[in-house]
Amino acid sequence: MSLEAKYEEFWRQSIKQLNEVVKATGLPIAPDEKGQYSLWYDVREMRLRFSISVERIKKFFDGLREGKIYATRCRRCGRYYFPPQVDCPYCKVSDMDWVETSGEGELLTYTVINTKPLTYSHYPDYIVAIARMREGFNVLAWLRVDDPRKVKVGMRVKLQVVKREPEGYLTYEFIPMEQ
Amino acid sequence: MGIMRGVAVVGIGHAKFGRRTDTTLGELAWEAVKEALEDARLDQKDIQYFVVGNAGGWSAESLPAVIVGEYCGLSPKGTMRVEAACATGSAALYNAYLAVASGMADIAMAIGVEKMYESPTPTVVEFIGRAGNYFWEFENFGLTFPGYYALYMTAYMNRFGATEEDFCRVAVKNHYYGSINPKAQFYGLKINIDQCLKSRYVAWPIKLYDSSPITDGAAAAILVSEELARKITDTPVWIRSVGVATGTANLSRRPDFIGLDAAYQAAEQAFKRIGIEHRDTWKYFDVANVHDCFTIAEVMAYEDLGFVERGMGIQLVRNEQTYKGGLIPVNLDGGLKAKGHPIGATGVSMAVEMTKQLRQGVEPRDRQADIYTGWALAHNVGGTGHYAYVTIYSLDKDGSPKVKPKR
Repeated sequence: MSLEAKYEEFWRQSIKQLNEVVKATGLPIAPDEKGQYSLWYDVREMRLRFSISVERIKKFFDGLREGKIYATRCRRCGRYYFPPQVDCPYCKVSDMDWVETSGEGELLTYTVINTKPLTYSHYPDYIVAIARMREGFNVLAWLRVDDPRKVKVGMRVKLQVVKREPEGYLTYEFIPMEQ
Repeated sequence: MGIMRGVAVVGIGHAKFGRRTDTTLGELAWEAVKEALEDARLDQKDIQYFVVGNAGGWSAESLPAVIVGEYCGLSPKGTMRVEAACATGSAALYNAYLAVASGMADIAMAIGVEKMYESPTPTVVEFIGRAGNYFWEFENFGLTFPGYYALYMTAYMNRFGATEEDFCRVAVKNHYYGSINPKAQFYGLKINIDQCLKSRYVAWPIKLYDSSPITDGAAAAILVSEELARKITDTPVWIRSVGVATGTANLSRRPDFIGLDAAYQAAEQAFKRIGIEHRDTWKYFDVANVHDCFTIAEVMAYEDLGFVERGMGIQLVRNEQTYKGGLIPVNLDGGLKAKGHPIGATGVSMAVEMTKQLRQGVEPRDRQADIYTGWALAHNVGGTGHYAYVTIYSLDKDGSPKVKPKR
């Protein structure tokens, strides 16, 4: 069972227990995890899933469908933006070029996420890396390798569009550049 | 700051940190507020304005400031809830400081309170992992809070040849002091290098024992104007300078990962206001609290604050120069690592500790720093260098710090 499924099961069980406690005692009150103090276990649940506007950076997501990764570049000052944004606050203009990234970069740093957030618990431990791209801006993404011990700061990496499974949505990740 | 008035801390209160499932948000805040009022021998009616630092999300109350105001008998005085991630407490202190310095209030209270155990651990991990640039870091790449700092630790180790063992020395020190601080979450819990090195990775190269815990806690400080300070106490502790800065939300928008620019910038401002240079700053301060949410954070703090040069922080650790009696004693209360890190309370807790240290009122004496210059510094970082506050305390109302005598 994935951790997420286990957690769902944990919630189901707690709610079931809570209902039984309420039935037996007339109140949703039970000891805490350590059995030390009395807690009122919330009878109201709030589920959170946000909806975030991508209207002005649609081009980025269209690019992913074509296997391209876009940055934006201010036509006035030449500054690159990744993640892409449509406004250059320094020039106070919204005059941007969408430029396909070279995808070539050098690894600046990385970590292996061992204790994962619940919503990531179905993936094996993953490497999150930051690389400096040839154009000069940095990108943060997963780095896919067979053996994490082969990862070195300074190694050359390539950014590519991939499908994130099992969800099946398009995103981007690094792979080591072939020698 | 010609038109600003002097501001002193005259009352401090601190709840026991830990898994405080025996209290509500209001009850926990009251433990700190009551102690602060008693310490200053003031009454709620004397407090003209209060501000509540609470990050929240994991706890039930959406309007924590008024919950605290009502429970502690501070209402109908004005308030607001402030947020600056893990520097929320320092933001609350800064807000109360501004109220008094500007003349808007003569007596103000800063309260930091956090109830993290109102949600299960996975929910808390999920919330803290979002403390960056949500869409581009969390939604797609599942960073966790240790993960953000691990990106710094990897880069630091690679650049300066530091080892995991070096960082564990920070954990051992802070656990030692936490173990003798009755208000600390890990009171009585010393660790050794081996235990730290053998603890499991949470975000390689960060291990469980490199990390601060999930904590409930509260702290409070009463700030008054220079006209009132000496009427209330013989030992006012003056807030002599505050530096405030921010870093990029998205970590990838930063040039390197060996120091926190926001902390450097905040320190720069804070030092400028008291007329000292941003180098070899260890010599001006008797004691410091720095933001050690992870061991790497403490080492970077030594350098961002200019105690020593970039890359030399790890030498301070190796030579045990940040213990009591060392070049600059750091986190003699156990730090976030062992005292605990109740997000919104941490910055106020630092104010409490610095005040206690300068008053020379710390018990047991093993964690009381030797006071020579009468100056202390607190460094509180929000997120991974997203926010930074450097607050400087002194027994002197005016002038610049002297240099510590040679030992």
